[in-house]
Amino acid sequence: MKKKTIAVMLAAAMTTVSLVGCGGGSGTAATQAAATTAAAPEAAKDSAKAEEPAKDAEPAEAADGELIKVGIINNDPNESGYRTANDADLKAMFTKENGYEASFAYSLKNDEQITAAQKFIQDEVDFLLLSAADTSGWDSVLKDAQDAGIGVILFDRTIDASEDLYLASIVSDMAKEGETAVNWLASQNLEQYNIIHIQGVMGSAAQQGRTGALDDKVAQETSWTLVTQQTAEWNSEKAQQIVQSVIDSGTEFNVIYAENDDMAKGAVAALDKANISHGVGKDVIVMGFDCNKWALQELLDQNWNYDGQCNPFQAAYIDEVIKKVMKGEAITEKTIIMDEKGFDATTITADDVNNYGI
Amino acid sequence: MTKKKMVITSRQIFIPIAALLLLALFNLAVDPSFFKITLGHNSAGDPVLTGYLMTILDYGSEVAILAIGMTLVTAACGGQDISVGAAVAIAGSVILRVLVGIGGDGTLQAPILVGFLAACVVSMLFGAFNGILVAIFKIQPMVATLILYTAGRSIAAWINNNELPIVTDKTFTYFGGFIPGIPIPTPFFLAVVCIIITLLVLRFTTLELYTQSVGINASSSRLNGLNPAFIKWLSFVILGLCVAVVGLIKTSRLSTINYSVIAKDIEMDAILAVALGGNVLSGGKFNIMASIIGAYVIQFLTTTLYKFNVSSDALPAYKAVVVILLVVLSAPAVKDKLMRLIKKQKGVG
Repeated sequence: MKKKTIAVMLAAAMTTVSLVGCGGGSGTAATQAAATTAAAPEAAKDSAKAEEPAKDAEPAEAADGELIKVGIINNDPNESGYRTANDADLKAMFTKENGYEASFAYSLKNDEQITAAQKFIQDEVDFLLLSAADTSGWDSVLKDAQDAGIGVILFDRTIDASEDLYLASIVSDMAKEGETAVNWLASQNLEQYNIIHIQGVMGSAAQQGRTGALDDKVAQETSWTLVTQQTAEWNSEKAQQIVQSVIDSGTEFNVIYAENDDMAKGAVAALDKANISHGVGKDVIVMGFDCNKWALQELLDQNWNYDGQCNPFQAAYIDEVIKKVMKGEAITEKTIIMDEKGFDATTITADDVNNYGI
Repeated sequence: MTKKKMVITSRQIFIPIAALLLLALFNLAVDPSFFKITLGHNSAGDPVLTGYLMTILDYGSEVAILAIGMTLVTAACGGQDISVGAAVAIAGSVILRVLVGIGGDGTLQAPILVGFLAACVVSMLFGAFNGILVAIFKIQPMVATLILYTAGRSIAAWINNNELPIVTDKTFTYFGGFIPGIPIPTPFFLAVVCIIITLLVLRFTTLELYTQSVGINASSSRLNGLNPAFIKWLSFVILGLCVAVVGLIKTSRLSTINYSVIAKDIEMDAILAVALGGNVLSGGKFNIMASIIGAYVIQFLTTTLYKFNVSSDALPAYKAVVVILLVVLSAPAVKDKLMRLIKKQKGVG
């Protein structure tokens, strides 16, 4: 606790120093003062939990016809197909035509993201959109943002910080994704479930949610067994080796539960090599997550059986939140959970592939 | 008798072979089915051999190919290239860019050979870049290659405009899988070709001698008329060529690429292979065959650990323990002491 207070104080001191550091000319002093006054109603708003002061402060900017400045901190778009789609979606939404001036910062490292957030705060963005690399360590910088009157909206990932520090959090419910998938698998009514469970990077929200549902089910049902449970760290090559190892050992299995599409693809490559049939009505049921376009195509071709969606299209939700705030409407729910589907190879259509594929 | 034994044990290649035998014995004792190889068919109906040993041949070949280049770099520069994983991503990306292109539908737009040659050129250029930093600017190899290690995967993604091209053509899968009719995984043949070429080059050129003398003492080899900078640079370019081959195998395995995870941490395996081969990591004398066997030993270890269901995120830790043991045992100081101990025992007996 003490440590935290010191950290907050230090961070506050640092921002002051950096503000002073920038204030070389006389003109900047005015901006600095303006920033302080702007911050006051915002701070009041949150402490009193009244939305009125925001009403006066915020739409003024929009009325001038000025663009809304957003600073977007995201993970590296190369990370996965999900992230690439997510980044493309944000870039398509936050354009000049839609009334936004967006700056982007990418990093897979928390400390670099925090540095980027501090820079955006200094640049006086109106909204800070954040997909945090790590759940902890964000308190002080979000407090700074709040003091500067910047609205923080979390997307894709939650953080361990007080709810007061952000306007809204738009996330996927990974546990629900796992449940949907496991329920689907249960509905297949197999006599015996011998499952190869390929996990994502251990400790990630997606891994925990998707693993949790399956673990619970396996613990409940006697006919459900895990042949192997291994992390392939979202890596298709590792998944291929894991499944290869099970095949080499001669153990029987009839389900592959891979926590993302890449790993399912790696697993299927190993199956193909050993001539084990997979897909609708075949020996092995293949399940993936994330709904990459190519993966949905595999479903359409009946090579895979199931793909769970992890919706990367948060931009529309974010836009809605920002519009609401600008109009001065209250944000009724802090945590907005996106609609997510699970696709079955027997019912998927070509339209689904185009609409939901990332 | 003792003398003969001494000669064998003091040979560099003894270490990786001993490690290989040790692992093989361990598996034989615990579960002999480890060595079972069955002839089956893959889903395309072609004959394939499967079993743990085939898996080792298959995946070990990637590391073996990289170990060739890594041994040369280690010998000439006294340091290691840690950017090979990222460089493999670049090579793979180039192949896919040439074969499918941005927004392609997966059909081949150029012969695979052209894609591979393009990857060779690009990989050699990046190798040359590393080589210039090391040879001309005299930057420590690990630091110099750190640049590409950090930037490589982003460059790879940029080459394909962040898309993930998928090759639908069946012939492309041969390089990381099986050629129809031949039941042994293709990567093994590619490794054999690379090894033969390397051995021929070492046999018929002065590369081995020059590399060793540059590695042992760069300034005295310069006084003897060699060009140390060129030799060092050349070792990185050769490693670039090895990287391109691995890039082809890796992308062929899945007919696509994932920039952030393809060939992840493969540089560590390649460096370990060199260390296991008993090569001096600070440069100088080297033995390519020892490194290659070292590479297969590492894959043997990985496959063994997978077989025992060791959690795959704990694999590096197990690897580290085994490798520390082997490297310590092969250290000259320890080896001398062991030799003396054995001698003493023999004397007493």
